[in-house]
Amino acid sequence: MELSGAEITVRCLADEGVEHLFGYPGGAVLHIYDELFKQDRVQHILVRHEQAAVHAADGYARASQKPGVVLVTSGPGVTNAITGIATAYMDSVPMVIVTGQVPTHAIGQDAFQEVDTVGITRPCVKHNFLVKDVRDLATTIKKAFFIATTGRPGPVVVDIPKDITTARCEYEYPKSVSLRSYNPVLKGHSGQIRKALQLLLEAKRPMIYTGGGIVLGEAAAELAQLVRALGYPCTNTLMGLGGYPATDPQFLGMLGMHGTYEANMAMQHCDVLLAVGARFDDRVIGNPKHFATEERRIVHVDVDPSSISKRVKVDVPIVGDVREVLAEMNRQLAALPAKPDPGAIKAWWTQIELWKARDCLKYDREAKVIKPQAVVSKLYELTRDADTYVSSDVGQHQMWAAQFYKFDKPRRWLNSGGLGTMGVGLPYAMGALLAHPDCTSVCVTGEASIQMCIQELSTCKQYRLPVKIVNLNNRYMGMVRQWQEFFHGNRYAESYMDALPDFVKLAESYGHVGMRIENPGDVEGALREALALKDRLVFMDFITDQTENVFPMVPGGKGLSEMILV
Amino acid sequence: MRHIISLLLENEAGALSRVAGLFSARGYNIESLTVAPTEDATMSRMTVVTSGSDDVIEQITKQLNKLVDVVKVVDLSEGEHIERELMLVKVRASGKDREEMKRMADIFRGRVIDVTDKSYTIELTGTGQKLDAFLEALEEGVVLETVRTGASGIGRGERILRI
Ligand SMILES: Cc1ncc(C[n+]2csc(CCOP(=O)(O)OP(=O)(O)O)c2C)c(N)n1
Repeated sequence: MELSGAEITVRCLADEGVEHLFGYPGGAVLHIYDELFKQDRVQHILVRHEQAAVHAADGYARASQKPGVVLVTSGPGVTNAITGIATAYMDSVPMVIVTGQVPTHAIGQDAFQEVDTVGITRPCVKHNFLVKDVRDLATTIKKAFFIATTGRPGPVVVDIPKDITTARCEYEYPKSVSLRSYNPVLKGHSGQIRKALQLLLEAKRPMIYTGGGIVLGEAAAELAQLVRALGYPCTNTLMGLGGYPATDPQFLGMLGMHGTYEANMAMQHCDVLLAVGARFDDRVIGNPKHFATEERRIVHVDVDPSSISKRVKVDVPIVGDVREVLAEMNRQLAALPAKPDPGAIKAWWTQIELWKARDCLKYDREAKVIKPQAVVSKLYELTRDADTYVSSDVGQHQMWAAQFYKFDKPRRWLNSGGLGTMGVGLPYAMGALLAHPDCTSVCVTGEASIQMCIQELSTCKQYRLPVKIVNLNNRYMGMVRQWQEFFHGNRYAESYMDALPDFVKLAESYGHVGMRIENPGDVEGALREALALKDRLVFMDFITDQTENVFPMVPGGKGLSEMILV
Repeated sequence: MRHIISLLLENEAGALSRVAGLFSARGYNIESLTVAPTEDATMSRMTVVTSGSDDVIEQITKQLNKLVDVVKVVDLSEGEHIERELMLVKVRASGKDREEMKRMADIFRGRVIDVTDKSYTIELTGTGQKLDAFLEALEEGVVLETVRTGASGIGRGERILRI
């Protein structure tokens, strides 16, 4: 039977197993919305701004391992979605974004609500398509899912002109597709793996550094097996948190600009480094020239060849799916007679313990004002045993969440690491709840960031999404203020958050529960009360220390071991 | 170092802009870029001449390979290869200069493909250096117009780029 392009689009999504479609209607996608109306296999989540549609779908994908799917209209629908798409792209999140387009005959005429979607999204997608013939529609959608979810994942845009949504053809959803130009390498080279293990076993000061690739590649179990078998220290990037259990004694904490002293020192001074699913970016190793001043040999495992030897020259590159490669490493290691050098490794751990003793995350626990670190620590204590997902926005609160919440499992920590997009926190928390309706979903945010997608409080009301918002309200764009304090002579240019709303009333006006917490003694009680309100969104406005800074800090352009410490 | 990179890519609308966009977004040099369909109409062959350190060239080939529309990438400069560029030059050719101009074209194995009483249009192929040399050999002021295709490259002998 012949179906319209609009019916085909919706059928494709349903047949692909898409449960939630995050979107916002408009002229170019009205036929598609009409078809959504007539079915119940795909649930549409109506956000209040297209940016949040993409963020929420992105959060859903991060929390669930399933691709996030979005539907927006042409023109402003697309441009509003761009920040979300770029955010997902930087963190390699699998997504399919369906965009409406003006009719094919109107393309290029500066038609109403026309933008060159393929052109405007090209630099921030893994791939994109403009569908010009309804007969290509189903295959194109299948290709989009295939590309988005394989290899190094990423967002894929499918741009569908309005006339294609009314044109008709036979529908069949392809079971699979293959592209001659796209064949990600999955199996690591076994000779390279042997070499890598040799290097690792000869190490005197080994270090294992892993990133978001472990989370995206579902490789946490294989990683844990390897790290434990070797007995080596392990650190995670901001994106990789949860990839290795944070409460494990071999875990040194996060590394990077606001990483722990011990992780950064061990990273800088190791003689053999195993990097897995990470990309040595500037927030992680600081200045690559400084990083190169210490001699070390590097094994780098990544599914994306272009991540290898991009910023740091690598000795043993291994291209492949991180889970497959780690599994193969575990197999080979078990069969090898050689063992790590116990004397050297013991001495290395002694050194690491000395660094740890520096207690780099200490803060004033007796303070008369609420310390943001204390809020996150208490939150961790109260939610560690529940099925908890923590999202954050961007700023100091993000770093405190990363430092003080101990993530033992992957996919529990949702934040924008690559693009650093303020505004993701609330939509990410919504996405986590849609993926795991029974979970506890907490958004740790700041009073500046939360206002970037605050309208989603309305979406949360409509779909009964009981997000727990922990607003660390320091009345400043704290991270900006911190840089201004350190590097701009205390000139706080435009970083004071004047004219803040009354967040309690704001939450209440959207039909939620609001709380303001001003005393350190009330932190625990408030958190308990909020967490007990299982089916309500609770906005907790914690009035925190205005002057607190995030330590340690590697200033921009400096080396990893050149940290500012508290 | 100068490198000449060949690629096979899907003959899709937008494929060229993906390659060009990659070079501009990542700040890589493009000296020249040529593209045309191959004997298999679903595929185009592109030659990009670029320059950069070994690390940069490695990144360029990896990033090109990563583009979904790119089927294959070869750095021709890694081995024996041939490169050719086509140039059309319109030169002043009147009076006694006319003979001289014809002779110059012959020396460089150029062909006169269009004639007026005041000008010749000469077709010349060769490496970029040869084309440069021809232009340098001409007297100042005689060149009215030039158009060059940029280099196309192919591996020598058994080196073949196909799927
Ligand atoms: C969309 C966007 N705009 C600007 C920035 C730059 N920026 C980084 S952190 C920050 C301040 C965040 O303030 P707040 O949300 O209150 O968090 P805090 O640092 O105080 O914890 C800003 C403006 C950004 N990351 N994203």
